[in-house]
Amino acid sequence: MSEAGIRAKGRERIWIGILLFPTLLGLAVGALGSIAATFGLSFFDWDMFTPPQLVGLQNYVDLLSDRKFKKALFNSIAFSAMYVPATVILSLLVAVLLNRHVYGKSLFRLLFFLPVVTSPTAVGLVWSWIYSKDQGLLNSILGAMGMDPVYWLGSKMALYSVVVVNVWGAIGEGMIIFLAGLQAIPRDVYEASMLDGAGPVKQFFYITIPLLIPSIFFQTILSTINAFQAFDYIYILTKTAGGGSTVPTLVFNLYREGFNFFRMGNASAQAVVLAAMIMVLTLIYSHLQKKWGQ
Amino acid sequence: MSNAHLLKPTFANHMRSNALFYVLLIGGAILMIGPFVWMVSTSLKVPGDQFDRRLIPARITLSNFPTAWELMGFSNLIWNSFKIAALSTIGQVLTCSMGAFVFAIVKFPGREFLFVLLLATLMVPHQMTIIPEFLIFRWLGLYGTAAPLYLPSFLGGAFGVFLLRQYFRTIPIELSEAARLDGASLFDIYWRIYLPLAVPALAALAIFSFMSSWNDLFSALIYLPSDLEKTTLPVGLSLFQKLYQGKWTIMMAAVLISVTPIMIAFFFVQKQFIQGLALTGIK
Repeated sequence: MSEAGIRAKGRERIWIGILLFPTLLGLAVGALGSIAATFGLSFFDWDMFTPPQLVGLQNYVDLLSDRKFKKALFNSIAFSAMYVPATVILSLLVAVLLNRHVYGKSLFRLLFFLPVVTSPTAVGLVWSWIYSKDQGLLNSILGAMGMDPVYWLGSKMALYSVVVVNVWGAIGEGMIIFLAGLQAIPRDVYEASMLDGAGPVKQFFYITIPLLIPSIFFQTILSTINAFQAFDYIYILTKTAGGGSTVPTLVFNLYREGFNFFRMGNASAQAVVLAAMIMVLTLIYSHLQKKWGQ
Repeated sequence: MSNAHLLKPTFANHMRSNALFYVLLIGGAILMIGPFVWMVSTSLKVPGDQFDRRLIPARITLSNFPTAWELMGFSNLIWNSFKIAALSTIGQVLTCSMGAFVFAIVKFPGREFLFVLLLATLMVPHQMTIIPEFLIFRWLGLYGTAAPLYLPSFLGGAFGVFLLRQYFRTIPIELSEAARLDGASLFDIYWRIYLPLAVPALAALAIFSFMSSWNDLFSALIYLPSDLEKTTLPVGLSLFQKLYQGKWTIMMAAVLISVTPIMIAFFFVQKQFIQGLALTGIK
């Protein structure tokens, strides 16, 4: 691709090795080696106290009939199905609003971005107060209107409550990605379309959206990866006294099996399923992008 | 006479024709900062007033802050979190800049392949590598210490290498070629030309690393014992949640104390942070 660059000669090549060493070690051990090891472990039964036993595909077969796993899988898919479109659409909307001439633009940008930088654990506690069953903000507003309190973080509602918080925390990041994409659209495209009599709505659907397709796909892929890995808010908001959760997701279930019960084989098999799902979705998205991008 | 004055974009005209947009923006902004406002409001209330639904506390008190500080042993938690985040930041800035420099300007066989391989790891969820990582640190006898939380940062990383490489490639290659003629080694070029010229990108990466480490709950849950002496701020807060259920005024004071350092830091570096984020979105 790029032919710019300098070539190391003779003994100087050692610098390439030295400078690249940490990255390559991380790539070999931290990434590729660990992926292979997780694969390998998924064929074993191992509780970390007795020696591991090779069980072949048994861990995967067990997952098929594991009710906890199936519930977690369902929760993760339902979570993503709501979280991804909501995050993409809302952050696109905010970006479009802020891409106009607006007074206080940088203040608005700062406010929308605040949840991205503050710790989800800390802010999660604020949400747990807002959602609290006993006179939390939402329930006390409902009460003032004469309605019954809702158990926002109970097993019925928790999925939706948690999606709301995660979307709230992710809009700022998506907004920045879309703002960068919007600023790359040349002004004269809009000016030309105005001469042809296109209004703002037409412009949005016939110019902005088609030219923003790469950013939309990027943001969709990023949100999907984040959705399947969401942990912090779920941990803080839905953890029960016994260590379980009212909406256990795949990552939560994996954390429990692996690091509370030390069922390393089972947890590895779940990690493989999780990674495979993310990979398949990413491949589908990039296929669609190639199809629609042109 | 012309009607040009009608087109002049006065403040009032601007507001009139954009009213809908401002309503949407202001409504959105209120939803975004609402929880923060409610946090501050609750933290200033007398414990007995916590359920009074007032936005402006009837009686304002600052006593929740020292109470929270003492109950949580905040100085320990903040020091632990700071130590880990600072070391992670140093590790990331140092090793990612080294790797990014080679990928950006040094030509060697297999470079493109290695870089694509590195980028592909961005798609791999952390859960896919966490179990072997855990086993390695346990085998090294580092389980229960802070090392597993910062050591991985000293092994580069796809995100940081990509971010810095994009920036490094905007620095004209002629600078390096001229330095080569004067006998500068690869290391000299990296250290004396690229690092000083890439300060904005390095700052962006430093902020990303510091914040993600400071906010990291998962690793601390896995590696550190759950006691207020040894753990980090996020785990400390989750323990606090368990121990002081229902004491919302003190809990909100604790949350406010824990988010303030990051909010102040962000305020000063928001430009670099946002530019860095935008840089990763443009391919």
